[in-house]
Amino acid sequence: MTTETTNLSDRGEGSQAEISDEIETLHAGYQQRRQQGEPPAQQPSLDFPPYRSSILRHPTKNPRHVDPETIELASPAFGHTDVSVLESNLTIVHNGEPLGERMVVSGRLLDGEGRPVRNQLIELWQANSAGRYIHKRDQHPAPIDPNFTGAGRCITDDDGGYSFLTIKPGAYPWKNHRNAWRPAHIHFSVFGTAFTQRIVTQMYFPGDPLFPLDPIYNSIVDPDARERLVAKFDHSLTSPEWALGYRWDIVLTGSKATWVEPEGDDE
Amino acid sequence: MSNPSTSPAPTPGQTVGPFFGYALPFEGGPDLVPPHNPKAVRLHGYVFDGNGDPIPDAILEIWQADQDGRIPREPGSLHRDGHTFTGFGRSETDAAGHYQFSTVIPGPISSTGASSSSGGNDAGADSKAPFIAVAVFSRGLINKLHTRIYLPGHEELHVTDPFLTSLDEEDRATVTATRGGDGSIRHDIHLQGPQETVFLAFD
Ligand SMILES: [Fe+2]
Repeated sequence: MTTETTNLSDRGEGSQAEISDEIETLHAGYQQRRQQGEPPAQQPSLDFPPYRSSILRHPTKNPRHVDPETIELASPAFGHTDVSVLESNLTIVHNGEPLGERMVVSGRLLDGEGRPVRNQLIELWQANSAGRYIHKRDQHPAPIDPNFTGAGRCITDDDGGYSFLTIKPGAYPWKNHRNAWRPAHIHFSVFGTAFTQRIVTQMYFPGDPLFPLDPIYNSIVDPDARERLVAKFDHSLTSPEWALGYRWDIVLTGSKATWVEPEGDDE
Repeated sequence: MSNPSTSPAPTPGQTVGPFFGYALPFEGGPDLVPPHNPKAVRLHGYVFDGNGDPIPDAILEIWQADQDGRIPREPGSLHRDGHTFTGFGRSETDAAGHYQFSTVIPGPISSTGASSSSGGNDAGADSKAPFIAVAVFSRGLINKLHTRIYLPGHEELHVTDPFLTSLDEEDRATVTATRGGDGSIRHDIHLQGPQETVFLAFD
């Protein structure tokens, strides 16, 4: 019943060994450049061929360096008119409890100077505990959980804090290469105080044996930067007889300039 | 706790993947201004890969000032009330790689950030052309990309704008939208290839 509907660039024919070799070579090249004085790469490489569908979807020219303009130094505003407090609880969307390990995912949203980013929007989405998304394009023959959709939102508090209650997502197969598996992860979408800080990323779980095999995780060639996507188990976030707890702070990119609201404006 | 003497290292981005469609798009997301509003303009186009094939699983966000060059500060994008201009929109591409927004052409923003119409005396002081800020996400695109859409309607500023004038003609065309016969505004984004869009790194 699982007919392949994904396009050809995803229907990878390579083996995990080939992909792992390519990852290793690209990481070794980075380490060599580091030894020659290249600064640490804080962001993933956009050109990372082991992730096959990136081959035709990365720019080949260098980005144009610009000073951000006024609009780019501001950010869309979100608030409690946009998001209900119930949306941070992914376990109460349906009539019954979703299957899986119930857990709290909590942390702080910080800007490049370590200051809390207050009243800003965080969205997340994830697979269910069996590794299946509710999305219609997900063809993985794992069960759909009728009690789990897997999308949530929240607005950060005065300390930049956020907290979701959800279940731990399962690892899932994909078609990058033969027998490819993604480590368990939660997709995060985050706004900052400037549009330049906009980020979409993925949070992972500590100790996942799939880490070295995954071309998406390893597109971040710097090992310390990769580590920053891994949440920490935090016993202080657990609740007895109820939920495990993971802590993950999100740090936005710094920009020297900050937009200051004009004083005495017309409202 | 963060140490104030050292800036914390940033969290790296990752691809939006293929399965954002049930989470990120929201009702009214592409409509910064209701399409039936007489001021509304349709901004639309395609997102292409390096083969020139349209990308059916990209998602674009735009962020802009209003017609008077005022930067919106009102929340409410996710539950639009039909008249507050929040300046933010989100549109996923359809099966044909096509996106569209309903919005207004932003006015020039004065250097103080105040609107040029209410700011008054320094309205003409800026040589900068207004634009719509864009963030691009897609399956296969490992991290977000930033670009800009410069628009018809403020062409006199296109010849003085320091960024636009720093680009050669071909590159300038990749960040400048065109007016269609039906009054709509057309702008394509090429992630790769001979017409590759100019993407930005912020200093
Ligand atoms: Fe995923």
